This record gives sequence, structure tokens and C-alpha cells, in this order.
Amino acid sequence: MGLNVKQIRSDFPLLDQQVYNKPLIYLDNGATTQKPRVVIDTMRKLLESSNSSVHRGLHYLSEQMTDRYEAARENVRSFLNAASTSEIIFTSGATGSINAVAFSFGEKYVSAGDEVLISEMEHHSNIVPWQMLCDRKGAYLKVIPFNDDGELIMEKLDTLLTGKTRIVALTHASNSLGTINPVKEVIRKAHARGVPVLLDGAQMVQHGAVDVRELDCDFYVFSAHKIFGPNGSGVLYGRESILEELPPYQGGGDMVDQVTFEETSYNTLPFKFEAGTTNYTGAIGLSAALDYVTSIGFESIRRYEEELTGYTLEKLRGIDGLRNYGNASRRISVFSFLPENIHPYDVGMILDKMGIAVRTGTHCTQPVMDHFGINGTIRASMVFYNTMGETDALVDGLKRTIKMLS
Amino acid sequence: MSDFNEKQQDIVDEFSVFEDWLDRYNYLIELGNDLPAIDPRYRTSEYLINGCQSKVWLHADLVDGRLVFDADSDAIIVKGIVALLVKLMNNRTPEEILDNDLFFIDGIGLRQNLSPTRSNGLLAMVKKMRLYAMAYQAREKQNKES
Repeated sequence: MGLNVKQIRSDFPLLDQQVYNKPLIYLDNGATTQKPRVVIDTMRKLLESSNSSVHRGLHYLSEQMTDRYEAARENVRSFLNAASTSEIIFTSGATGSINAVAFSFGEKYVSAGDEVLISEMEHHSNIVPWQMLCDRKGAYLKVIPFNDDGELIMEKLDTLLTGKTRIVALTHASNSLGTINPVKEVIRKAHARGVPVLLDGAQMVQHGAVDVRELDCDFYVFSAHKIFGPNGSGVLYGRESILEELPPYQGGGDMVDQVTFEETSYNTLPFKFEAGTTNYTGAIGLSAALDYVTSIGFESIRRYEEELTGYTLEKLRGIDGLRNYGNASRRISVFSFLPENIHPYDVGMILDKMGIAVRTGTHCTQPVMDHFGINGTIRASMVFYNTMGETDALVDGLKRTIKMLS
Repeated sequence: MSDFNEKQQDIVDEFSVFEDWLDRYNYLIELGNDLPAIDPRYRTSEYLINGCQSKVWLHADLVDGRLVFDADSDAIIVKGIVALLVKLMNNRTPEEILDNDLFFIDGIGLRQNLSPTRSNGLLAMVKKMRLYAMAYQAREKQNKES
């Protein structure tokens, strides 16, 4: 069944507004997505009538909130098709999740001379935590390159996976190229050598169904705010058998069993990795967002976004002197481009005054820009509430902008 | 009103005729295109100003007690803003540069319409110009004393 985009747009209060007296065209969903009314209402009602710290009090509100929080965990488990809620850890976001794994896994399993394998198209959040780990341990960061279409050069994987590789950390979908990576093949090859794989799903979960058991990944991370939920909340999925063995990465309340000044024993999974008062309103907001997306259905979302992607690519390719970066055959509705001899910043500033919100710059993927020898691109990132009419407005705006600047 | 402030007011007046933001940008683009490219000797990391998504280079000489700026940017709208600043600040004594408030930035709506990071870029430019003025002022003073 097709999507009723008009109906969907009416669920997002923010989209219906004017900026600089022009209708807002929001194409910066790769940075953050807008929130449907059901998420806003859920969080407002929580704060108005249910706020209370989870796992602490035995009073009515605390019990209620704990139930809601744990129901959110179950909802995330079901969304990812994880085997157990022990495998679902609430974090501050994808970045927080990756840092947690880089620390805990790194402390346990990475030593001097070992290797961590990432790819050339990673977001800085999936580069820097591993670099920091390598610096701490005297390990080496290895990189799977991509070709000029923005697809991983899979032949290189066989030589890059060595007896020294301790973990592979790879983005499921690229935030600056739009590429959906062949993650199953990477996982199969890594597992053949006994190497676990972390997938960064920050740009994937809002576009397609993710099944961690089908993927057979060992860690999967994503941020709530990129899937129509609140910011400051995110998820770390980890395979239970691995999480059991890992040391906690932060100490504090709730993650402990017994504390004395001599020693401390830790709580069971998943609480071992949730130190301090958690962002429970964020987690419950995320749960409402997942319900919203699920009610629309990923099959319909995928079909609609494929159509939108095809249309947008065709229109962008029709603009003289515009180069598209990222032409992978499997992709999300994220488009990176640059007009010849024009600075992306100039384009972004002018589009902004036309009411069109895009992102300009390196998109936290400086190595991707280095690959192409450029200092940045313009990125339009669309989700299911965007329309072909908005693509037309973008393309008209780009044409006018290029005329102004050349 | 001092000559410096008259020039600032002129800029504000020039911009006030534009009804539309795109017209303002068109004007900045024109100004940017008219500003000669910086001497290649100064288009280096040494003269680069940080705090901007785009690159800005700035150099200043003191000629007969007045500052002469040479500046550039790789983004044309930013170069237009650079040109505005250069137009105002060129051939000024260090005292003129240091003692006057820059009200034209607010007056033409550049501050509130640029996001903090962008605005920082603009403010970083002004700061750098003032640093040059201070340095030359100190040097002049030293020369007089010795």
C-alpha cells in the first residue's frame, strides 16, 4: 500500500511552518529527524504525570515509570529482533554506544599490535573512539577503502582481516554517500575468522527494518533522534554472550549489586551498562517513535523512499555542472552533491534563505571528502515525510543558486 | 559623526534598500567578486582564520601609520563580507580600528541571521583585524620611545 504522505506530514507539527516567509523544506534529516505528535505527547504526559526515577523507589510513580522503561526496552528488542532484553542497553546515542564498546571491548580484548578494522566512509563517531582505543593500547586502525561510486572495495576485506583483527566497526548506511553496505557479507567473512562486528545503524534504522539475528551482527547501535525520537537517547545492542564477558565502562548507581569500600560486584545485564539515572523519558519517547514507524510499516516506507530516491537522483543528475558524490546501487535517500567551482557554504546560505534546510560541509566524514579531494559537499537527506514536490523545490533552488554564484 | 561611523552608516543604508535576503546576497556576491584575490604569499595556513566553515585569509601592513588589509575567502558570500570589512577598515589608524564599535554587522542583519558558528567566523575576522591594529600600535609606540 502506498503512503499517505499528506496525512503523515500532518503528524509532524514542526514541518508546517514558514521560514523567511517561505514554506519550510526540511532536508536535513541525516542530522536529525522531526518528531511526530505522538512522541511529543508521550514525553509531555510523562513529565506532567509520571516522572519518577526508575529502578529506585517502591512507590507508585517509580514502579509505573520502571514498567514503562522496561516496556520500552522490550519494544526496542522487538524492533531489532534481538533474542533478549538483556541485550538492549539504553545509551545517550549512537556515539555513546560506540564509545562504550570501544572502551569495554577494548579493555578486555585489544592489546598492543592488534588491529581494529573500520571503513573509509565512517562517521567521525565510528573513527575517533577506535583511534583513542588504539592509542591507549598501541593497536592499529585499519581501513577498508571505497571506490569512486562510494561502494566498499570488498576484495580488500580478505587481506585486511588478519589474525590480529580484534573487531570490525562498520556503518550500515553512510551519512555522506548514502551507500548501504553489504554488511552480511562483511559479518560472514569476519566471523569466519572469529572476529566480532559492530554495525553503526544511525543512518539505517529510519529507512529499513533491521534484524540483528538475521544480520548475525555482534553489536548494533543507533540514535533515537534520527528515528523521530528525542535526542540524548540511543541504543546499544550487544550479543548476550559477549556482553556478559565485558567489563562495565562507567561506574555509578544502578549498575552495581553490592558496594563496599573494598570491592563492588556488578548488576546483571543490561543494567551493568546503565550507570546513573538513565534518560528514561528519552527511552520511552524512542519507544513511541518506534511504534509510530512500525505502524506506517517499513515495507511501505522502503517502497516510497525508493521512488523518492530515484526521482531525486534523476533530477539532480539533470543539473548542469553538478556532481553527485555516492552512486552506490544500494542506497538510502541521502544525496551529496557539489556544483563545479562553487563553495558548498555559499549554496547552503542561499538555499537557507529560500526556506530549504540542507547540510553543508564534511558531514563529520572528513576522510570521505579527502577521498574526493574536496572540502565539503551539500547534503540533502530525506525521509518518508519528504515529497517529490520538495525535490522539485530543491532542484529549482539549486539552479537559481548556481546562477547567482557563477 | 566620525568618518568611520559615517562609513558604517553608509553600509547599513546601502543594505536597507534590499527587500529580499537573496538581493542582499547578490550584493555580497558582487562585492566578493570585486575584491581582488589575496597576494598568494598570504594565502597560507599562517594567515588563515579559524572558526568558519569556509576559509578566510587575512594580512595587514602598516603604511604611513594606517593599516592596509589584504583578505580573501574561498566562499564568495563570505568574501563579500570580508570585502565590506576591508572597505570599512582600510587606511585607518590603529586607534580608529580599536576605538570604534562595529554596529553595521547588526545593522545589516548579518549577526542574527548567521548561525553561531558562521557568526563566529565573522567575529573572528574582526578580532584578527583588531589584533593587527594592536600589534602595529604597540610597534609605533615602541618606535617613538626609542
